[in-house]
Amino acid sequence: MIESLDLLFSASLWAAVLRIATPLIFGVLGALLCERAGVLNLGIEGIMTMGAMIGWLSVFLGADLWTGLLVAAAAGALIGLLHALLTVPLGLSQHVSGLGITLFAAALAYYLYRLIVTVGESPPTIEPFRPLDIPILSDVPFLGPVLFAQAAPTYLALISVAVIAYVLARTPLGLAIRMTGENPHTVESQGLDPTLIRIGCVMAGSALMALGGAFLTTAAFNSFFPEMVQGRGWICIALVVFSSWRPGKALLGALLFAFLDAYQLRLQAVVEGVPYQLFLMAPYLLSIVALILVARRARVPEALMTPYRRGER
Amino acid sequence: MSTVLRLERITKSFGSVTANDHVTLELKEGEILALLGENGAGKTTLMNILFGHYAADEGTVKVFGKSLPSGRPRAAIRAGVGMVHQHFTLAGNLSVLDNVMLGSEPLFRVRSRRAEGRARLLALSERFGLSVDPDARVSGLSVGERQRVEILKALYRDARILILDEPTAVLARPEALRLFDTLQSMTRQGLSIIFISHKLNEVMAAANRIAVLRGGRKVAERTNAETSPEELAELMVGSRVTRPKREAHAIGAPRLVAEDVTVHLDSKPSLKGVSFTAHAGEILGIIGVSGNGQVALGSLLSGVAAPETGRLTLEGREIGGLGPRALVAEGVGRIPEDRHAEGIVGELPVWENGVLERLATPRFSSHGFVRRGAARSHAAGLIKRFDVRGATPEMRIRLLSGGNIQKLILGRVLAVAPKVIIANQPTRGLDEGAIAAVHAELLRAREAGAATILISEDLEEAVGLSDRLQAIVGGRLSQPVAAGEADSRRLGLMMAGVWEEPGNAD
Repeated sequence: MIESLDLLFSASLWAAVLRIATPLIFGVLGALLCERAGVLNLGIEGIMTMGAMIGWLSVFLGADLWTGLLVAAAAGALIGLLHALLTVPLGLSQHVSGLGITLFAAALAYYLYRLIVTVGESPPTIEPFRPLDIPILSDVPFLGPVLFAQAAPTYLALISVAVIAYVLARTPLGLAIRMTGENPHTVESQGLDPTLIRIGCVMAGSALMALGGAFLTTAAFNSFFPEMVQGRGWICIALVVFSSWRPGKALLGALLFAFLDAYQLRLQAVVEGVPYQLFLMAPYLLSIVALILVARRARVPEALMTPYRRGER
Repeated sequence: MSTVLRLERITKSFGSVTANDHVTLELKEGEILALLGENGAGKTTLMNILFGHYAADEGTVKVFGKSLPSGRPRAAIRAGVGMVHQHFTLAGNLSVLDNVMLGSEPLFRVRSRRAEGRARLLALSERFGLSVDPDARVSGLSVGERQRVEILKALYRDARILILDEPTAVLARPEALRLFDTLQSMTRQGLSIIFISHKLNEVMAAANRIAVLRGGRKVAERTNAETSPEELAELMVGSRVTRPKREAHAIGAPRLVAEDVTVHLDSKPSLKGVSFTAHAGEILGIIGVSGNGQVALGSLLSGVAAPETGRLTLEGREIGGLGPRALVAEGVGRIPEDRHAEGIVGELPVWENGVLERLATPRFSSHGFVRRGAARSHAAGLIKRFDVRGATPEMRIRLLSGGNIQKLILGRVLAVAPKVIIANQPTRGLDEGAIAAVHAELLRAREAGAATILISEDLEEAVGLSDRLQAIVGGRLSQPVAAGEADSRRLGLMMAGVWEEPGNAD
């Protein structure tokens, strides 16, 4: 028992929390951006897989790590464009399109991967992002390893939270995005184009999702395998609701889930006599509980999942 | 006075329907122009073209002498046109200031100038006497306040020409009067205003000039001084369709009786001890301003809400709280207030809608299967007998016009010769032709001996059809008066809640 509490004070646990949270932060931000503009993007799981694959592939083929992330983001934006075209100008069901995108993107990623790597071959590796080593700061006990020795994209994720939060709350563009999610007719009657805003948000959001995927192959691991996203996309969709569509709370949610995940992993080693599957379940169960507690008060963007057609009410 | 706006030979068709047919219109500086016409006359289409929501097929729009590119709201806003839509285009989850500032700044500015925006909004609201709280969430505002926000939104964008689409449709009378005062004061500050309306009295009171649209064409233009409500009514409707008249006949035995019924909706008392008796062969009119308990009364009589206390009996049997299906089986026919939401399922074909209420009867189902043949021929019969125009049994009912949907609902009810008919706002939003048809059917059912409860806000309709009238005010019902004794003064008093209580009745 004491041991399980001791775990809470280990720097390695908290360092792991930030590391595990990073793909979730990218993913939840991306999903949040799409939904704030009124489009549910269930393509997330596939887009993350594609991001993971493309990020890894670019580096494997000789690009540097940051270029790999950039290419992954561009691939994500491109798949986002497909989802956006289907759901925004064509007004198709966002659920159906999103799930289709997930299946399509995941399959396409695997296909492309198999063009390079044949079956039976062990997955080729790349040289991933290393934890930062900042003089003095990284050596501060506890705080050093937790806050100042993460891989660089983790900091990018944290900065993205601040940027998205600022853009949504404080800029005219952010207001237009929020308004598009609430009532696209208003946006149109003020001379702006809600269709363009939605397409732009879905593309930008999908790029963020792809970055989350790319983090897995370029920082968390060093190779690609097809099932590696492991439902993180779906967790992000739930986290958006948990966050009440607010970037700050989305960060909190991602950290909370990551903490539960990191903690259960360590508990497995310490607590005996409990089937490890129960520990694996725990973060998801607790997420559902958290969702029930929080989501009832969540304020859903009013026009979420409502296609916008000009001249119709 | 100079001309600020000129619409030149505007034509717009939707499919085979011509919504605007070579309409030419001028607005002078500092003027209030009313655009008068019935539903479907093309008023809103015309204004949407002016504002750039729609692109005209033909014709030009000139604002301050310059033509506007068609189909671009942004250009219209830049040229100084502001529009207040009938269905407000506000986002409920956002603040007043957010709603007002949207689109007023370059999109890619790094920081929104909210402090300046707030100051500007407050200055405008001061100047035009439109008080609002910039930080209030729009969903918490009353309809009148929301309208103020919409007007301020237009003013914030430097509108010099303001278009209001049916601005009084959602307002109570005092609020409407206040709105017109505001509009007057705006014209004194140099704004020019067009408002859309189909209400004669407010057009006469508030407008300097009146343009009448009918069937997509401008049929007349009059200054306020040279016309009268009678002339406008005739211009608006064209050759008036005459509504059928109620003829005296013998009234039968009491059929639907409510005694001291109280109903709670959303755990609030919405009907407070109401009593009425509807006799066979009688139409009992329930009049009153909306929001006084009509919804609760409709819910009670259609079986959706159960009486908290009191009794509701049909031919002596208690039917309160039996539920909709049992009520239909007992012979209660219902014409719901919101025909689209409660009367039909828009995506289903006409024939399915025709048997919705009675799917479980042996005539339309056997062994758990729908008897499609019977249902289809039933629908075909309804379409023929009740003159549902443009309908086939197979088409989705959503595609019919409101009047024809209503005729089908009416047919569905009347086809089984119900004992009781609950007609809740049966002609709301219909044009004169459809109104006359609905009235004729209700009167025919009365001849046939049905007891009808007619809940209507349209006083002319209620008085024309009903044998007796009761007013509903704050969830209470007045004593009934015979239609013959109901002059407008007495009805006005009743609807204001002034009547003799049973204890001291004469």
